[in-house]
Amino acid sequence: MSVWKRVLPTVLLMLITGSALAAGGDVGQVQKQAVNIPAIIMFLVFVAATLGITYWAAQRTKTAKDFYAAGGGITGFQNGLAIAGDYMSAASFLGISGLVFLNGYDGLIYSVGWLVGWPIIMFLIAEQLRNLGKYTYADIVAYRFERVPMRTLAATAALIVVILYLIGQMVGAGKLIQLLFGLDYVYAVIIVGVLIVMYVTFGGMLATTWVQIIKAGLLLTGATVIAFGALYLASDGSMSPEKMFQNAIAKHPKGEAIMGPGTLVTSPIEAISLGLALMFGTAGLPHILMRFFTVGNAIEARKSVFYATGWIGYFYILTFLMGFGAIVLLTGNPEFADAAATGGIRGGQNMAAVNLAAAVGGNLLLGFISAVAFATILAVVSGLTLAGASAISHDLYANVFAHGNVDEQQEVRVSKIATIVLGIIAILLGIAFEKQNVAYLVALTFSVAASANFPILLMSIYYGKMTTRGALIGGWLGLISASVLVFVGPTVWTQILGMGDPIFPLKFPALVSMTIAFLGIWIGSATDNSERAKKEHEAFIAQDVRCQTGIGAEGASSH
Amino acid sequence: MQDDLVHKIKSNPKYHELVSKRNSFKWIMAVIMLVVYYAFILTIAFDKEFMAQPLSAGSVTTIGIPLGIAVIVFAFVLTGIYIQRANAVFDRLNREIKEEVL
Repeated sequence: MSVWKRVLPTVLLMLITGSALAAGGDVGQVQKQAVNIPAIIMFLVFVAATLGITYWAAQRTKTAKDFYAAGGGITGFQNGLAIAGDYMSAASFLGISGLVFLNGYDGLIYSVGWLVGWPIIMFLIAEQLRNLGKYTYADIVAYRFERVPMRTLAATAALIVVILYLIGQMVGAGKLIQLLFGLDYVYAVIIVGVLIVMYVTFGGMLATTWVQIIKAGLLLTGATVIAFGALYLASDGSMSPEKMFQNAIAKHPKGEAIMGPGTLVTSPIEAISLGLALMFGTAGLPHILMRFFTVGNAIEARKSVFYATGWIGYFYILTFLMGFGAIVLLTGNPEFADAAATGGIRGGQNMAAVNLAAAVGGNLLLGFISAVAFATILAVVSGLTLAGASAISHDLYANVFAHGNVDEQQEVRVSKIATIVLGIIAILLGIAFEKQNVAYLVALTFSVAASANFPILLMSIYYGKMTTRGALIGGWLGLISASVLVFVGPTVWTQILGMGDPIFPLKFPALVSMTIAFLGIWIGSATDNSERAKKEHEAFIAQDVRCQTGIGAEGASSH
Repeated sequence: MQDDLVHKIKSNPKYHELVSKRNSFKWIMAVIMLVVYYAFILTIAFDKEFMAQPLSAGSVTTIGIPLGIAVIVFAFVLTGIYIQRANAVFDRLNREIKEEVL
C-alpha cells in the first residue's frame, strides 16, 4: 500500500492544479469555454468516490482471479449494469445523439444494429464463455487447440480492437474537456490516462466493474432527465413526440427528410454488411467478453445479458429523443451557435447532447452531464485497458512466452506493467486522432471485431471439426481482410486520407471479411488430416460436455 | 474432465434431451432475431419511401420510427423469453444430470 500512498496525493494535486490552471482563464483558444465550476466540483466528487472504491478494491485484490475477474463474485444484475456501462460509451452517448441531431432517423439505424447483437450473444455465447473460459476469451479459443499460435492470434486481434476502440474514447475525452472544463487538451488527456492506470493497476477488475456500475447509474439518470426534459420543452410542454418532430422538421435544414432513412444505408449490400458488423461486432469485443468471467456461473451470465439489453435499449431510445430535442432547442439558438462547427453548434455535432443539457437544465445539469460524460470515458477506457492488459499478460506473457509455467503473482505484475504502457499509448492516441468523428471510428472497430474475434470464438464453441490450422487460417484472414478493407474503403481511404475514390466500395467490410474468415476456418479445418487434427476432434467431446453442463467450469466447484 | 465422467454424462439420456432441446431452441431464437433485424434493415435498403411514410394521415411521425423502436423492444423481449425457458427447462435438466452423475 505504500505505492498507493505516494501516488494518490500526486493525482489529487494534478487534478487541483489542473482545475486551477483552467480557472486561470482562457489562453487565447476560441473554442474553449468558460470554466464550469459545478462540472469540476461534480467531477472531483466522482473521482474521489472512485478512488475510494479503488482503495477498497485494492485490499480485496490478491489473486489473479481477483485481478482479472473480480474473484468471480459479481451478480448478474451488477454485471448487466457494468456491461451496459461498457456499451454506453462516450462515443455512443455523444456520437449517436450527434448523428440523430445531424441526420435524424439514420441515428436510430445504428442503435438498432448495436442492440440486436445482444440476444445473439445470450443465445450463442454468454453461457458458453462462462463454462469454458477463465479470464479472457482466448481461453475458449485456445481450449483444445495448440496454445502458442492460437493465443497469439486471439491476443493480437483483441489488442487491435482495444486500441481502435480506445482512439474513439480518447477523442471523445479530448473534445469534451476542451469544451466543458476549459482545460488544456493535453492536460486533460493525461489526467484520463493517469486515473485509469490507477483504477486498473490497484483495483483490477473489481474497481473497474464498480466504477462502471456507478457511472452507468449516473449516465442513465442524467440521460433520462435530459431526454424527457428536452421532450417537454421541444414539444411546447405537451410531451408529445409528434409535436417535437413537427418542431424539428421546421428547424432542421433537411426538413422532412430527417424523419426517414437517409444516406447511411444506400444499397442492400451495404445494409447487410453494416448489419453484420454492428450485430456480430459486439460478440467480438474483448472488454465485453471478459465481463462474463466475473460472474459465478452460466445462470448469472445469462441474466447479465438480459439486464444489459434492457438498459442499453432504454438508453438508445433516450439518445433518439435527445437528438431530436437538440434539433429543436439548439438549432438557431444564438446561445449555442457556432457557425464554423459541424451542425452549426458549439463543439460540433458530437456535443449536441451536452449542449442540450444546458438548454434543458442550465449550468447545473450541464455540469452534471459533463462530469458524467467524463466519468464515462474513464470507466470505458479502464475496461478497455484491463482487457488489453489481460491479453498481454494472460495470453501473450503467461501462455505464449512462458508456456504456462508462470507464477500467478508474476502474471499479475506483468498485467500491471502492461496497463501502464497501454495508459501511455491511450494518451498518445488521444492526441494523435483529435479531429475524427468518434461514431464512425467505433463502427470501424466493429468490423474488425466481427471478422477476426467473433468467427474463431463461435466456431471453437460449435464446430467440432475445427482444427488449429483452420482456426489460424480463418482468424488471420479475417483480421487482415477486415483491416485492409477498412483502410482502402470510403471512410479511411477517401475521407481521412483524401486519396480519392475508395478501392473497396463498402464502409463496413464485414460481409466480405466475415465470409473470408468462416470459409478460411472451414476449408483449413476440412483439409487438415494431421494427427493433431484427430486429437482436436476427439477433445471436442469433452469440451462440449463441459460447455453444455458447466461441469468442470472455473469456479463452479460450489455445486 | 476425466474420460469416464464424460462418458457417463454422454450416455445419460437427460443429457441428450438437454442438448437437443436447448440447441434447437437457441438457434431458432437466434434466427428469429436475425430475420427480424434483417427485415428491418433490408426494408430501409430497398424501400426508403415505405419507412418514411406518415404513421397516419397528417402526422409527421413516420412508420420507420415505431418500427425501429419495436425492434429494440423485441430484442429485449426475446432475451426474457430465453431466460424463462432456460430457468424452467434447461436448468432443471442440468441439475438432474449433475445429481445423477456427480
